Amino acid sequence: MKEVVFEIVSNRALTDSVYEMVLSGDTSAITRPGQFVELSLEGLFLRRPISVCNYDEGKLTLIYKVVGKGTAQMANLAVGTKIDALTGLGNGFNDEAQCNTPLLVGGGVGVPPLYRLARNLIAKGKQVTVVLGFNTAAEIFYREQFEALGAKVIVATADGSYGVKGFVTDAIKESGITADYFYSCGPLPMLRALTTALDIDGEISLEERMGCGFGICMGCSIMTTAGAKRVCKEGPVFRKEEIVW
Amino acid sequence: MVRDLSTTLCGVELDNPIIPASGTFGFGAEMSDIYDINILGSISFKGTTLDSRFGNPTPRIAECSAGMINSVGLQNPGIDAVISHELPELRKRFHKPIIANISGFSIDEYTECCRRIDSEEQVEIIEVNVSCPNVHNGGMAFGTSPESAAAVTAAVKAVTTKPVFIKLSPNVTDIVSIARACEDAGADGLTLINTMLGMRIDIARRRPVIANKMGGFSGRAIFPVAVRMVYQVANACKIPVIGCGGVATAEDAVEMMMAGASAVQVGAENLRNPFACKQIIENLPLVMEKLGIERLRDIIGIVK
Repeated sequence: MKEVVFEIVSNRALTDSVYEMVLSGDTSAITRPGQFVELSLEGLFLRRPISVCNYDEGKLTLIYKVVGKGTAQMANLAVGTKIDALTGLGNGFNDEAQCNTPLLVGGGVGVPPLYRLARNLIAKGKQVTVVLGFNTAAEIFYREQFEALGAKVIVATADGSYGVKGFVTDAIKESGITADYFYSCGPLPMLRALTTALDIDGEISLEERMGCGFGICMGCSIMTTAGAKRVCKEGPVFRKEEIVW
Repeated sequence: MVRDLSTTLCGVELDNPIIPASGTFGFGAEMSDIYDINILGSISFKGTTLDSRFGNPTPRIAECSAGMINSVGLQNPGIDAVISHELPELRKRFHKPIIANISGFSIDEYTECCRRIDSEEQVEIIEVNVSCPNVHNGGMAFGTSPESAAAVTAAVKAVTTKPVFIKLSPNVTDIVSIARACEDAGADGLTLINTMLGMRIDIARRRPVIANKMGGFSGRAIFPVAVRMVYQVANACKIPVIGCGGVATAEDAVEMMMAGASAVQVGAENLRNPFACKQIIENLPLVMEKLGIERLRDIIGIVK
């Protein structure tokens, strides 16, 4: 973990409620895709945990959905604004897992951490398929960005307004994807349905309301098959078999 | 001029009065990855019970104006695992006096926990959290009546050799009567205040934010309540007081000591700023210089 003051380079809407914020600053504490940062925002007591979408030396990309006071404030921050952040939090995805044809499944605002993961896996020469699930066509974001990385991208919308009609599990079934490992992030019902549907090993990124974000307050604990774990510290990524549904 | 930050709690010498409050610093290991925790006066470790506890369902945390609500529910690995695993890990990283924070849901649980922790060398103070519900008495918190607070104090004192500090709940009508009852029952010191009972409602979903509905409100917002209670108790009792509640800056620590605190705990601020204790300790000499304070212990209870 490291405390870093970032500066906003760009902050733009991707959809009605989802924004992409690019920041400049020290990203050296971020070591794996799937980690998160915690932003200190004006007038709010607790920091806000936001998953890392992409990172390079000196550059950090976050994608967030406006759901409350913190994210609403973020959407209004101007280019050049400085933000104090704790970076390199959480364990992240294991991009060294034994596999050749990984399947990445993201639902809604669970999509962003899969971006850097896809980039890493493709760089390792893996054949990556990405399945993205949204409620409706207007909520889709980052489809082109995943395609530009060289991933095969399949989109599902619940209302059928784009791609496969239904959930990510329907899209996986319909397109006859073969995969030997999966990584996923999204709403709990999706993660559960996916874990039931897929007969392969995989990793799941969970979300929980946090106090500190660095493992001291026990605010985000969950019970796993290997005992109590902190989503912010041992997580947010867990192996499929650790999750108690 | 070298400013003297040292203070004393029942004969236990602390290099400075700053102590992370129980539950906001774990057992120290995570924090020692962030900075050298040996700069602290002491550490009050995560509230420990006889058996391991997972605690309450999530969400356990709610944001508030200038503070937060938590309902962690005393998640901890249990006293034996704390002694066999957490304390040895803490000792590797921390070479100062440790405050053992103990909780219980019955008098027997308190005494058994305190008896087991009493022989741990580096534990120099036992801090007893009486904000837990008494399962044998309709769930009313031990710390909400003078009789039950005194009963816990006397029982714990009978099985320990270390100084015992009772950590008082602010959710009472008359904090002084409870403080006096603990003093009369043999308490060596008092820590106050614990969190205030609070609640938030998600108005869009029409339900409590916290799964357990209510929780402990802490953070900067409760600081004036803490200062008031420390002032009242320090003026009514002879035993030392550790001031706790909403402390965020070196100025706050000075204010708490002027109200009567011999040492100061920093709680919720650690969760938003992991460097809070470090920054307070670094800023204390500067604030002392500005205020013309040579020895920090000279200001304890100076406000009458």
